[in-house]
Amino acid sequence: MNQTSSTSIAALEARGISKYFGAVTALEDVNLHVMPGEVLGVVGDNGAGKSTLMKVLSGLHSASKGQLFVGGQEVHFSGPRAARDRGIEMVYQDLALAGNLRIDENIFLGREQLRGGIFINHNANMRKAQEHLDKLKIHVKSVSQRVEELSGGQRQAVAIARATAFDAKVVIMDEPTAALAIKEVRKVLDLIKDLKNHGVSVILISHRMDDIFYVCDRVMALFRGRNFAEAPLTQTDRNEVIGWIMGNKNQTSETSESHDLN
Amino acid sequence: MATSSSSTLTAREQSVRVRLMPFIDRYGVLLVVVGMVLIGYALEPKVFLSFLNISNIMNQIAFNALLALGVFVVIITAGIDLSVGSILVLSMMSMALMAHPEKIPAWVPDNVRMALSSVLPAPWYVLIFVPPIIGVLCGMINGWGLTKLRLPHPFIMTLGTLNIFRGVSNLISGGVPISDLPDQVRWAGYEKIAITPDIDIPASMLVLIVTFGLMSLFLNHTRIGRHIYAIGGNPQAAKVSGINVDRTLVVVYALCGLLAGMAGLLLAGRTNSGFPNAGLGQELDAISAVIIGGASFFGGRGNVLGVFAGALVIGIMRNLLNLRDVPVFWQQILIGVIIILVVYFDVLRRKAGSGRES
Ligand SMILES: Nc1ncnc2c1ncn2[C@@H]1O[C@H](COP(=O)(O)OP(=O)(O)OP(=O)(O)O)[C@@H](O)[C@H]1O
Ligand SMILES: [Mg+2]
Repeated sequence: MNQTSSTSIAALEARGISKYFGAVTALEDVNLHVMPGEVLGVVGDNGAGKSTLMKVLSGLHSASKGQLFVGGQEVHFSGPRAARDRGIEMVYQDLALAGNLRIDENIFLGREQLRGGIFINHNANMRKAQEHLDKLKIHVKSVSQRVEELSGGQRQAVAIARATAFDAKVVIMDEPTAALAIKEVRKVLDLIKDLKNHGVSVILISHRMDDIFYVCDRVMALFRGRNFAEAPLTQTDRNEVIGWIMGNKNQTSETSESHDLN
Repeated sequence: MATSSSSTLTAREQSVRVRLMPFIDRYGVLLVVVGMVLIGYALEPKVFLSFLNISNIMNQIAFNALLALGVFVVIITAGIDLSVGSILVLSMMSMALMAHPEKIPAWVPDNVRMALSSVLPAPWYVLIFVPPIIGVLCGMINGWGLTKLRLPHPFIMTLGTLNIFRGVSNLISGGVPISDLPDQVRWAGYEKIAITPDIDIPASMLVLIVTFGLMSLFLNHTRIGRHIYAIGGNPQAAKVSGINVDRTLVVVYALCGLLAGMAGLLLAGRTNSGFPNAGLGQELDAISAVIIGGASFFGGRGNVLGVFAGALVIGIMRNLLNLRDVPVFWQQILIGVIIILVVYFDVLRRKAGSGRES
């Protein structure tokens, strides 16, 4: 793999994605791309379709229309496993952790290391989980704790650790800081910067302008299930992005809104 | 001064509690078993701990323990299987019928009867596999039905098959008992294994120990076993991790069916027959054992040892009440009281424990 070609091709790209839930249109003709090592912020009002779009990208939902490309190659995800196998990982808004299982079991859920082809090698998994958490500078008392015993921030960290345990190319994070105390927010954001420095692409959904302007390279807004606006971070500011969320573009008065959607 | 000493006491108390909690969490029901054994010994010092009585208890709990083990696996996934008693009777009657083709009921067309009697009665090494196979098939029907038909809760599917499997069982046997089975088939439910010239243990106890051991290995150390727990803890987490939840559920219900079939084999062996009322209402005893053993209807919790202890609690209680000549109606009432108390203690413990919701 040569560096130049891999940096000019999007790590992940979605073209013309539409998603219908029965009569409800959640997404209509949405485009998105993220370059290797880029942090893309996605903003939008409640119900704008952010989570739905991310679930399409991570293989949980299949799109009603549109195409997905990983590293320039078209892909069809039959489920989250297929997406994970292509290096697309997601941290869900509700975290999707099994509270009754240990930390290491959550991190390696569905990808446990076996011994002799049948039995799970619990020791190896615990050791690798600990190493991985250390690498991410995440501190827990012991990886053998059950996840339900952890604080909100620690759970978030475990969810992120799971998404990054197998060299992911793209990590999608759906409001990872929404439920966290300030100190923990900073940790998560620094983690995102770390991922970026390792060449991992991150798609970050957040309602917090502080988050977006701290870590993102580029920001795009969805409005009522459609692309609304996007810009490199250097060419926009908080007020403009907040305007996008509300459905206002200050340069042009015409808003590409679509009242046929609802 | 007084304040500080009392507060250090609380701190120490708390640290003891923190250390004891996981232990009680896992093995609390074993304490109940020990308590019952002590009570039993106090009440009936000569009989209760005699080898004969213990092996009696084991023999009596064997088939309920197997049913409970299957139901437990289902309950880990936050599901329920009400049909185990019916699977038991269907597997038992199918086997009995294959040993006695002359008992095939009159409604079966003559040409089918002719065809069947040319291959039946089946030899013992075929018969012995009939109950487990029928059990697996029934369980797969349950699992397939509740995942493919998207019924709102496993309760519905298995309530349906509770009726269907028992109906089929009566249909194929004409609703009458069929007695007399080959000795080899009866082995697991009937035979005793001599350990020393004086001491022999029931074969059913051996079956129990092996089955429970294998199940523990399966649930704790295989991928699919851990995925079963994950599904109970958070089905969404299982799904997004790439676990095929539906396929895992089919395996779970098939496994439950397999154990119900094995329970049918044990009961047939013990009674030397297949009889139409076998397993009637037995699903409730099985569920009771699982819940007494510390599993939760919300899924994701409990272990194999707890299930065994739960079945023991019910078995010891029945045994004690029989030894004391307490009428069977009282036994029913007492089992009900124990279920409520055990779960109530569990609720108290959780409240006192960490103060954190689980
Ligand atoms: N499974 C579903 N079935 C039906 N409608 C759905 C489903 N999932 C999402 N929707 C609808 O799609 C639209 C977009 O929802 P989505 O969750 O993607 O919004 P969001 O931008 O993530 O909002 P929030 O900021 O509140 O998380 C909403 O109108 C929602 O009701
Ligand atoms: Mg959302």
